[in-house]
Amino acid sequence: MTDSFLLWTILVLACFVGYFVVWGVTPALHSPLMSVSNAISGVVILGALITAGAIEFSSAKILGLIAVVLASINIFGGFIVSQRMLLMFKKKEKPLPQEEKRHD
Amino acid sequence: MTNSLLLVSYLLSAVLFILSIRSLAAPDTARKGNLLGIFGMVLAIGATLSSSLVSDTLWVGLALIVGALIGSYFALKVKMTALPQMIAAFNGLGGLSAVLIALAEILSGSALYVENAIGLLIGAVAFSGSILAFAKLQGLISAKPLHFPLHRTFNLMLALLVVASCAHFVITGQIEPFYLLAAASLVLGVTLVLPIGGADMPIVISILNSYSGWAAVGIGFSLNNILLIIVGAIVGASGAILSYIMTKAMNRSLMSVIFGSFGEGSTASVLEANQQAKAGDPQDAAFIMENASKVIIVPGYGMAVAQAQHILKEMAEVLASKYNVEVKFAIHPVAGRMPGHMNVLLAEANVPYEDVFELEAINREFATADVAYVIGANDVTNPLAKTDSSSPIYGMPVLEVGKAKTVFFVKRSLATGYSGVDNPLFYAPNTFMLYGDAKKVTEEITSVLEQ
Repeated sequence: MTDSFLLWTILVLACFVGYFVVWGVTPALHSPLMSVSNAISGVVILGALITAGAIEFSSAKILGLIAVVLASINIFGGFIVSQRMLLMFKKKEKPLPQEEKRHD
Repeated sequence: MTNSLLLVSYLLSAVLFILSIRSLAAPDTARKGNLLGIFGMVLAIGATLSSSLVSDTLWVGLALIVGALIGSYFALKVKMTALPQMIAAFNGLGGLSAVLIALAEILSGSALYVENAIGLLIGAVAFSGSILAFAKLQGLISAKPLHFPLHRTFNLMLALLVVASCAHFVITGQIEPFYLLAAASLVLGVTLVLPIGGADMPIVISILNSYSGWAAVGIGFSLNNILLIIVGAIVGASGAILSYIMTKAMNRSLMSVIFGSFGEGSTASVLEANQQAKAGDPQDAAFIMENASKVIIVPGYGMAVAQAQHILKEMAEVLASKYNVEVKFAIHPVAGRMPGHMNVLLAEANVPYEDVFELEAINREFATADVAYVIGANDVTNPLAKTDSSSPIYGMPVLEVGKAKTVFFVKRSLATGYSGVDNPLFYAPNTFMLYGDAKKVTEEITSVLEQ
């Protein structure tokens, strides 16, 4: 089995995983889904880290460094905004007052 | 860190990312899920930094911190109504970083021409398209569909240029066609998004989201990196599914979003001039609602523009606690400017998510509701979508608010919605128009209810 065939196999299987996992997401959380997927697509930073991590300075290294900054914005921004959104989704607070009455 | 340890870390992060998206199936598991995603990212970055692949950690670390500060600043500052444009901007940055990585790879002598060309092409379209979408959503340029003469022909020529320069580069490996490919793809991103109007934005953002995933796949192939391929495929699938859901919700095909827009050349369904809409006032509305047993609130994007979500939540609370009315919120999939946007806006106003229902879940309940309170929404309630096959919105699933005993429309005027189609519900015998600003009208009703 060649290397590139292995990568294609992984790609196809990952598409299936993505398909089933994403259909399971509740429509109410589609915005957080977008920002989480945005954040994790910042994983291209791994490529940027490697090009930027070269010892000698070259134009490729500088491009890599800029790419690290951009992907890092994507990652931090995406995760923080998702967390902000998810913290807002709250359940009803109704059952609590009834319990307090029972204690009285 | 040895190479096999690095691969194990990548595998583990891939699993964490999948679990983090899986956890978005329900709101109570979602917060933990986001943390799983963060762990996955920390693991992937940490493993790469400590591997032999990165020798200069000082500069790289600095770049990482700069990005972290900028990203955190904007993510903490952004208002929830401005969420769509921020997602668009972040998408664009992801696309741009893919472009830069592909460029750096070629400059440092990578021989994987096809892979880098694909990463560059998709990344560039995602970048320039997202920046334009950002400008439209932010109001920097008009949100109306913009066409220029021979737009389609131009796009077609541009697409051919992209294919040609891509082929030229792949065969020869020269750098000039690679630059040409980059330039043509950047222009293509702009000309593809220009003709798309404001209400189609949920679809565009989803497509661009998908592109940023496929760009990561391209980079993954060029770097032989399994994690990039897995994550890219999942993000790509996610964006594709979201755009499918959005096009379904508007009964539009992707082709018609990209090449056409609402209200062009269609003059269907002009209503009779002798029909009169009845105006109601906030006192009447308050009286009818406090005597109702079930009220369904239908918020649209106009509600968000008027910043009426907090007062709306207050009205719902007074109705429920003081008058014992059952209050529910009904959300159309395209109620906001991105998928799920309206849910976030209501959550921000502290509306419990159990009270918020999607179209399919609530449509039957309008028949048993005493009041439908439609605020800032129009097209998504239009019954012509069911009955008039010549209408541009024909076939779009709508909220059947007309089945409620009384319908209130909070609107500035009788003007048509984005589609340009008149709404016969305005003239129905059980409909009352509450003219005015969404926030002001709701405030007046709430203050009457509180007396």
